[in-house]
Amino acid sequence: MMNMSEALIKVDGLVKHFPVTQSILDQLLNREVPMVKAVDGVNFAIKEGEIFGLVGESGCGKTTTGRGVLRLIEPTAGSVEYRDVDLLSLKPGEVKAYRKEIQIIFQDPFESLNPKMTIYELVAEPLEIHGLGAGDAERRAMVSQALEEVQLIPPEDFLYRYPHELSGGQRQRVAIARALILRPKFVVADEPVSMLDVSIRTEVLNLMLDLKEKLGLTIMFITHDLAIARYMSDDIGVMYLGKLVEYGETHEVLDDPDHPYTQALMAAVPVPDAERKRGDLPIRGETPQPINVPQGCRFHPRCPYAFDRCSEEEPQLMEVEPGHGAACFLYEEFHAGKLERGKLPADQAQA
Amino acid sequence: MTTLLEVKDLKMYYETMKGDVKAVDDVSFSLEAGESLGLAGESGCGKTSVALALMKLQPSNAKILSGSIKLEDMDVLALDDDAIRREVRWKRISMVPQAAMNALNPVFTVKDQIIEAIVAHEDVSEKEAEARTLELLKRVGIDPSRAGNYPHEFSGGMKQRAMIAMALACNPEIVIADEPTTALDVIVQAQVLKVIKTLQRELGLSMILISHDLSVVAETCERTIIMYAGNVVENTDTLEIFRHPLHPYSVGLIGAFPKVTGERKRLESIKGNPPNLLNPPPGCRFNPRCPHAKDVCTRVAPQLLETHEGHWVACHMVNSHQEYR
Repeated sequence: MMNMSEALIKVDGLVKHFPVTQSILDQLLNREVPMVKAVDGVNFAIKEGEIFGLVGESGCGKTTTGRGVLRLIEPTAGSVEYRDVDLLSLKPGEVKAYRKEIQIIFQDPFESLNPKMTIYELVAEPLEIHGLGAGDAERRAMVSQALEEVQLIPPEDFLYRYPHELSGGQRQRVAIARALILRPKFVVADEPVSMLDVSIRTEVLNLMLDLKEKLGLTIMFITHDLAIARYMSDDIGVMYLGKLVEYGETHEVLDDPDHPYTQALMAAVPVPDAERKRGDLPIRGETPQPINVPQGCRFHPRCPYAFDRCSEEEPQLMEVEPGHGAACFLYEEFHAGKLERGKLPADQAQA
Repeated sequence: MTTLLEVKDLKMYYETMKGDVKAVDDVSFSLEAGESLGLAGESGCGKTSVALALMKLQPSNAKILSGSIKLEDMDVLALDDDAIRREVRWKRISMVPQAAMNALNPVFTVKDQIIEAIVAHEDVSEKEAEARTLELLKRVGIDPSRAGNYPHEFSGGMKQRAMIAMALACNPEIVIADEPTTALDVIVQAQVLKVIKTLQRELGLSMILISHDLSVVAETCERTIIMYAGNVVENTDTLEIFRHPLHPYSVGLIGAFPKVTGERKRLESIKGNPPNLLNPPPGCRFNPRCPHAKDVCTRVAPQLLETHEGHWVACHMVNSHQEYR
């Protein structure tokens, strides 16, 4: 896949299945427990110092993947290599040592901050847990510096306030300060701006880009918004129904998508350009439940290009060119321009 | 074109324990017959409050201090509740509410809920209402065989389509769609927007689409109004607003949207936060965040003036310098 020496995080065959709650009757009859296949075998690598964007629609498994990578949930199978250590094979007690280096920023700053704690307590909490900072004075200095880094200036104005006194953008900055005060190497940011208004959102995104440069962070950026993914990430992975269907350099994947699902997503994104005219979307139906994943290619019931093989055999991620892969039998045709991207095939286009 | 709806100097404040929240302040605009109008702005800018006032659905702590809402010759604000219910809501103006997916009653079938709306407002038999319901569902792209399903059997996109069908139940002239696609995934959003656009064209509806997402407005509406902190700051043709935005807030808002195609360049954010409407800044409400603010902006509220034909802007700097930008 990618050059191994540069990869800070290497995810291999990550699987997370959740059992469905059964009725007593099902249990008595010893029926097979159905599984929600939230993440169903995902491979990717994140290069050191880069931002990897993981995109997809709700329910595609991107958040579960993020949490599995951090081991906030226990994956069913697979490995997550961080600096040659498989995080998933560590004993629970050993994980804590790595928690300092790998952190998460959650989606909703209105819920991720304890309303009863002051900003100082919130940002100092990770120091306390990991026993960092000798004495109050040193901790206070570290917290102040962290607040300054996220542009909550002057920090004294914020230290003794409570989350409800801050705006959404300021709260998300506190969440970022909390994640970065331990000087992590790797951060998972799970939809960090989806709750924020546009004008505030841009500031938080720019802040994350600046901090990434300044602190040399590696970030996994989870989002449903392709425009934000394009703005933030160097590399990108597109998920559909628990699997990665395409990955590669962000501009390559989004400008010349070789998987029909990525093409449909790009065709569906509304653009702030009143002159653009939208054609028919090259996709049909709706996303199936991850309990009943279709046989063969999981996208084939919705794919306008699907042919017999697609319902029988599951396509693997294949390299279109170095660093750009797509899980579609037709990727070469798209890549060579024999099939037109993002358009319905001629026989299906409406008159 | 004829003007169907005219809002003039509408002022609506919310009474709270801490004082009046000046949510809608001197808002004026008009809607032509058959036109699609986008109302865009960030949360708390007053766009939903305006829409609620159009149907007199504002919450009980809201008070309308001045202004008028005219639906052709009818003075909407002068009508009492009963008259509004009989003559305006559903029949002339209907609404697809925000979070429409949770607006359906879970214990009735989708069909029954639409039939109920028709029978409550029009003097028709249940049989006729049912026939119309099935026809409406077909129009929004729901197979009539699914009409007897309960809401939980529908996906998010289907629920949203059903709400659109319900809004059309009594053949209204104006449909207000309040953030109709906000909770939907991008592919479903595109499908729903397409349904809305097709219906608007085929039925000749006048539509007001409220959204925080400028790209949704750009794709759906002919004209765009941008609101900020309870004021209309710019009102013009949608093409024009993306090509030549004049108000500094519109410029900032458009610039803050990342693009999904083309060159990747650093986005400029708008400094600061929107004001607290309990106590908005004097003069232009945008002045504390505006890169071009001058002394006059902190003292005098700018009027919405037509700078070019069909292009209204509320900004001192634009109004006093024609060549600005």
